[in-house]
Amino acid sequence: MSVLELQDLCVTYRTDGGLVPAVRGVNLTLEAGETVGLAGESGCGKSTIASSVLRLLPKGTKVSGKVLLDGEDVYAMNPGRLRAVRWTSAAIVFQGALQSLNPVRRIGQQIEEAILLHSTQPHTAARARTGELLERVGLPAARADRFPHELSGGQRQRVLIALALACEPKLLIADEPTTALDVMVQAQVLALLEELQREQGLALLFITHDLSVLTHTCQRLAVMYAGRIVEQGASKEVFVDPKHPYSQALAAAFPTIGDPQSRMNPQGLAGDPPDPSDLPSGCPFNPRCAVAVAECSTLDVSLRHAGVGRSAACVHVDGPDV
Amino acid sequence: MSENPVGESVVSLTNVQVQFGGGRVRAVDTVSLEVGRGEVVALVGESGCGKTTLIRSIIGLEPLAHGSIKVEGKTVGMGRGVRALRQRVQMIFQDPSGALNPRHSIYEAVAEGLRIHKVKGHEPTLVAEALAAAGLRPAERYLRRFPHELSGGQRQRVLIAAAMALQPALLLADEPVASLDASIRGEILALMRSFVDTHGVSIIAVTHDLGLAWNIADRVAVMYLGRIVEVGPTEEVLGAPKHPYTQALLSVVPEIEGMEQQILVGETPDPSRIPAGCRFHPRCPLLASGEADRLGFGDKCRGVDLELEPEVGTHQVACHAVQLN
Repeated sequence: MSVLELQDLCVTYRTDGGLVPAVRGVNLTLEAGETVGLAGESGCGKSTIASSVLRLLPKGTKVSGKVLLDGEDVYAMNPGRLRAVRWTSAAIVFQGALQSLNPVRRIGQQIEEAILLHSTQPHTAARARTGELLERVGLPAARADRFPHELSGGQRQRVLIALALACEPKLLIADEPTTALDVMVQAQVLALLEELQREQGLALLFITHDLSVLTHTCQRLAVMYAGRIVEQGASKEVFVDPKHPYSQALAAAFPTIGDPQSRMNPQGLAGDPPDPSDLPSGCPFNPRCAVAVAECSTLDVSLRHAGVGRSAACVHVDGPDV
Repeated sequence: MSENPVGESVVSLTNVQVQFGGGRVRAVDTVSLEVGRGEVVALVGESGCGKTTLIRSIIGLEPLAHGSIKVEGKTVGMGRGVRALRQRVQMIFQDPSGALNPRHSIYEAVAEGLRIHKVKGHEPTLVAEALAAAGLRPAERYLRRFPHELSGGQRQRVLIAAAMALQPALLLADEPVASLDASIRGEILALMRSFVDTHGVSIIAVTHDLGLAWNIADRVAVMYLGRIVEVGPTEEVLGAPKHPYTQALLSVVPEIEGMEQQILVGETPDPSRIPAGCRFHPRCPLLASGEADRLGFGDKCRGVDLELEPEVGTHQVACHAVQLN
């Protein structure tokens, strides 16, 4: 059974300005121990997907389709079951470590709290486990007595990872976990995530706009644009030979150092990300697309087969619909 | 462009030191650097290496403890002449949202600098031209809008327009694309580079993104704990890095295949506790692997502080292993 399965997931926010469809029909499966990267720019709906898995969306948000955690529909769970599933089945690491931690409580207490909430262990056992977790993420157990502001950005991000692992989840969702970090610290955190994933057989859903980080960390890659997956496949293949023009632009945005083609030649994508409440007709990417043809402004192509284990949503892809 | 004859420098730093806390923190610790007209220099390094402090000192925002800075031949001071200096040297920041006044229209954002520096000409025309040059076309569509109505990429364009409207000789860019989406990043870098080619402006771009350097910079200067440890033409520094720190930085760039990752352990170093000897030695892979001792210069690394090797071409390194050869 898949650890996570999204079936035709649609998420629509209610705002003062009307309904905003943030996710528009996403299908995605994660098997046990698999690493999948979700890429795309701000507003493409990738973080909404992260929040939707554990029902962390604002009240009143419309959700249709299904989110299955270990085969169980998250949106059919009663509150007690949902509480039990959060942390133990799936846990999330968010981008802003400083905002995610309580500033007035010691980090050890915050980790213990999560453990005690989800088990009947005595206090002393929870404390010992907290020490283990901190050491697991490369921090001395004594740091448990520190407050968040006493730690560096990289250390705080490690604490968040320790916190996420507190109840031994099968699925870890990491939403831009390294974006705010320095290069060397980012490399440390990525190496840690990879190691944990390998040793504990965690399934990892890794969300970021940095395609190069995803290619490095994930087996499979899904590229999102305007609330939909527009390309999917093995990471290396998608990065090296993207089929969708949007993935091509995203891949080209990261220069390969040493490649004469990108030297003095920064590649960008003209135009701005689309407004989810006012999407262009046809393929939502067509106003920014360099290879758009006449039918792109009317025809919204769904994912088509584009080779073994690959699919892309573009008229220039010849395969049958997925 | 990477060779700049003396006299053509737009900015020239000589043994610059910036200290905080009464000399306890040596944020910039003896840095010399020249940037020629129309040249782009990327200043790379981790947080806390002093790169931002260094460029702040160029516009007179940080008093120098030692050394001197000249912009177009004039010494940068804290007092008189600072207004003239701040027209010739413009700065753009990482977070365009924080740098724009939310209650000022885009027109105001660009016009403010023109008024402060009493730039001659028809103000509405100058503003419109500046916006159009920064890729906000047609400019009329943006004039009356407010920062929150624009995307992050557009806001950064407004800041670039406001800076370039004053026709500076030098643009200081502090992580100009770090807060922007990947797809927007290239567009902004291309815009910056185009101002170099059309207006001859020089740029010092502070960044931790080596890809940015590869994309737009003529030269790269790598900083570590307040000092430049390697500097040279981009192709050489990024293509054949000599300093172990530069090598480590390059090895963790995810795009580079086939290079063994050298993840330096520990946190970014603390400028209030600069190690004795070579300041990089506690994290240096050459020393950790025992190679430095095997080759007989390990004691030098631990005991002898060093600066960039004296001018021996355009690619200079501050490393005992390199200087011994």
